[in-house]
Amino acid sequence: MDQPLNLVLFSGTDDKLQAAAVLTAGAAALGRPVNVFLQYWALDAFRKGKVDRDHGLAPEAGAEGREHVDHLRKAGQVGWAEVLRQAKDLGPVDIQACSLSMDLLGIDESDLDPLVDGVEGVTAFYLNAGDGHMVFI
Amino acid sequence: MTLLDIATTVDARGLSCPMPIVRTALAVKSLQPGALIEVLATDPGSQRDFVAWCRSTGHVLVGQTADGPVYRFLIRRK
Repeated sequence: MDQPLNLVLFSGTDDKLQAAAVLTAGAAALGRPVNVFLQYWALDAFRKGKVDRDHGLAPEAGAEGREHVDHLRKAGQVGWAEVLRQAKDLGPVDIQACSLSMDLLGIDESDLDPLVDGVEGVTAFYLNAGDGHMVFI
Repeated sequence: MTLLDIATTVDARGLSCPMPIVRTALAVKSLQPGALIEVLATDPGSQRDFVAWCRSTGHVLVGQTADGPVYRFLIRRK
């Protein structure tokens, strides 16, 4: 369990970000380091002032899925951004923005939420990933 | 096991996965080795999660009971 868990986040909808946050917090609770690499629409969701907004759901959720998600939220489910904040209190959770995606969105580091630790390229991400599991969401 | 032995209680009732474990892992950090922590949870997954978490971290799951929908775990910090 010493090898890090490596998550590549591509999708920027709340359901997928929630799933990613759960995986992150679970690994952190076990003392496992987590590297998160933010690409495309996931990075967009981590922009300053956007984190706690509604980011919609994946298309497969449909109207019924929306109802289930809203029900869980009303029951007090902790949102993905807060889950990630608490995961960072538990152990090493490093959240990096993909530099290519930064160019795509036309933003710089000052546009990102404090949850994001820095900006890096894919080579640095792979180097830190070591032989740990790689998950793409 | 008297109530006095419990150093702290984590009330995770109503919280969904992974918050019961996250709250407990955070609480354990501020405790002395050997201290006893009580966790109350309603997430059904917590039954297996706390067994796995203790096995992996080395904390000791001293007791596990269910009172209706509420699961109670007693964990001794390693």
